[in-house]
Amino acid sequence: MYDTPTLERTVDSNTVKFSARDVHVFYGETEAIKGVDIDILDNTVTAFIGPSGCGKSTFLRCLNRMNDTIDICRVTGKILLDGADIYDKHIDPVQLRAKVGMVFQKPNPFPKSIYDNVAYGPRIHGLARTKADLDVIVEKSLRRAALWTEAKDRLNEPGTGLSGGQQQRLCIARAVATAPEVLLMDEPCSALDPIATAQVEELIDELRQEYSVVIVTHSMQQAARVSQKTAFFHLGDLVEFGETGQIFTNPRDPRTESYITGRIG
Amino acid sequence: MTTAAFLCLFVLAVAGYVWNRQAASAIRADGTRLHSLEGFHGFYSLLTVLVPVIVLILLWLVFQGPAVDSILKAGLADRLAGLGTGEVQLILAEIKSISRGAVFGTPEQWKFDAAERYLALNARADQLLLVLVLALSLTLVVLSRRKVAAEFRARHGVERIISGLMIFCSVVAIFVTVGIIASLLFETARFFAKVPVTEFLFGTNWEPQIPLREDQVAAAGAFGWLPVMLGTLVITVIALFVAVPVGLMSAIYLNEFAPKRLRAVAKPFLEILAGVPTVVYGFFAILVVAPAMRSFFAAIGVDVSPNIALAAGSVMGIMLIPFISSFADDALSAVPQSLRDGALGLGATRAEMMTTVLFPAAIPGIVGGILLAVSRAIGETMIVVMAAGLIAKMTINPLDSVTTVTVQIVTLLIGDTSFDNPKTLAAFALGMMLFIVTLVINIFALRIVRKYREAYD
Repeated sequence: MYDTPTLERTVDSNTVKFSARDVHVFYGETEAIKGVDIDILDNTVTAFIGPSGCGKSTFLRCLNRMNDTIDICRVTGKILLDGADIYDKHIDPVQLRAKVGMVFQKPNPFPKSIYDNVAYGPRIHGLARTKADLDVIVEKSLRRAALWTEAKDRLNEPGTGLSGGQQQRLCIARAVATAPEVLLMDEPCSALDPIATAQVEELIDELRQEYSVVIVTHSMQQAARVSQKTAFFHLGDLVEFGETGQIFTNPRDPRTESYITGRIG
Repeated sequence: MTTAAFLCLFVLAVAGYVWNRQAASAIRADGTRLHSLEGFHGFYSLLTVLVPVIVLILLWLVFQGPAVDSILKAGLADRLAGLGTGEVQLILAEIKSISRGAVFGTPEQWKFDAAERYLALNARADQLLLVLVLALSLTLVVLSRRKVAAEFRARHGVERIISGLMIFCSVVAIFVTVGIIASLLFETARFFAKVPVTEFLFGTNWEPQIPLREDQVAAAGAFGWLPVMLGTLVITVIALFVAVPVGLMSAIYLNEFAPKRLRAVAKPFLEILAGVPTVVYGFFAILVVAPAMRSFFAAIGVDVSPNIALAAGSVMGIMLIPFISSFADDALSAVPQSLRDGALGLGATRAEMMTTVLFPAAIPGIVGGILLAVSRAIGETMIVVMAAGLIAKMTINPLDSVTTVTVQIVTLLIGDTSFDNPKTLAAFALGMMLFIVTLVINIFALRIVRKYREAYD
């Protein structure tokens, strides 16, 4: 089923970035996540796969407390980022979100110029003292998102005028510009065509050098292509978590096997 | 008699409906597939009968009176010869009142005869109408019955008739607008025949009186609209100073920050504000706001006039609050959730998200709403009639008394008026200017609103 050549998939880091213990998420009365324990490593791409409604996006949104913006959502359990509980009273979710960047399913550039889109985060967090500093940050972020060559001559044009794939890379540049330590990506390629998808996937592999990347995806091929570790969610449970190669070639849990062979989902 | 005609029409139309329907079901019962369902065949008959016959009856009702009158006049040609139109009308009115049994004084015998003839003519006309209605309806019923066939496209026929009716309705709306503009134009032209355009447009004096006698002293009117328009602008600006901040802030709060429960209570309250009749706002202005302002300014030692512009303007502003807040609310709600998520995901606080992303994205819609509010403020009449002053002054002092275009129009047309002197005709010129100003603002506003609607499709 997977004709993509398996990349060299060594996990070359042992630093734990996120460590979740017994995490439950409730939407009103319904329990969307039923006790998840997971350790997410630094400099690693971790993929969350699973059928629709399995809770993978919900769990992802716990990692930067985006679920706080939903009134009826309640999170219990412990999530540690570099050993500190992100749900602690002393943690400011706004600061946390600058540290844990997020890229969404649909490209969502602000109706501003390309430059202002990338400069948005640095401006609100005061990362640049001078205009020259800001220019440097914008250029670096656009280069990191592999958009610089296409965008450098049109920095003052609206970001909404770019193509879908370019918009998504702009959103990645925007997230990178706040100097995060972790990048969360919620199905970042589901609204893109195959060529744009390939570009973004290549980019994800490069981003691993500096960030811990967590990606939610519907496409198992994509998980196989870009990630080193894979977590399979089913009905709110974390069913299996391990090296991507092992999950796809030798799953331990029968449910994982059913899913990757196409019987559930 | 018209009732009888209408009754006949409805009975025949319904009969046609039933008849066609049954004919269609009979075909269907034979096992043939119909192009249109039975109901469409029925409606086809119903509409083909109703529409033309109702038009006939309405036309008849319009022309019956004049036609009968002219026949009556023709019969009395020798008696009416050499009389003016006014006298002829008077005699006709007398004959008609005799025919209703109201006899005043002792009219001549020929008037009684004429009254009888008038009654007979009317009765004849009514009978003729009834016969015509019956004949036309029957013909149409039969004609549409003969069309019933398996392949007859009654469904499309019904659709054509209904779309014709809809076109008619929209044409009525357009023609009314054109008629209003035409009547305004006509009277305005008469005004400008008496007062030069330049004096009206650039004059800074508004004293719309005319001499009653030739020798009256100091009564030559002045018709410069500038001070009046300036008054309108002063009141409008004051109203916007109240309405824009309050309306915008409340919309932002309710849209982004308010808990659901508070929103559920507060929004209906804002909408109640929109439903308050303007007369009631007027009471509020003269009974509460104006006295309070006067005593406040008296207390701090500032001299203010009794009809303070600030009172009328700020109450008008209160009236506009729900208007602006509902427009701003719509504009903010139209900004997609993904942009909110994007800003929050980058570590923006809610307030930062609002000021840096949502508000700029929503600004075209908000500006459109504000412009529509401006044109409402300019055209608003009742509050200013009650609370603003009557004397036109070239002033922009909000503590002074100013008058507005609408107030002047009302005062010019109140009481006994004759429509041949510049004083009354000035009202139409003012109305024309008001119409032009609000039209320009509305076109401008609607363009902006439409542009923002296209932005997020």
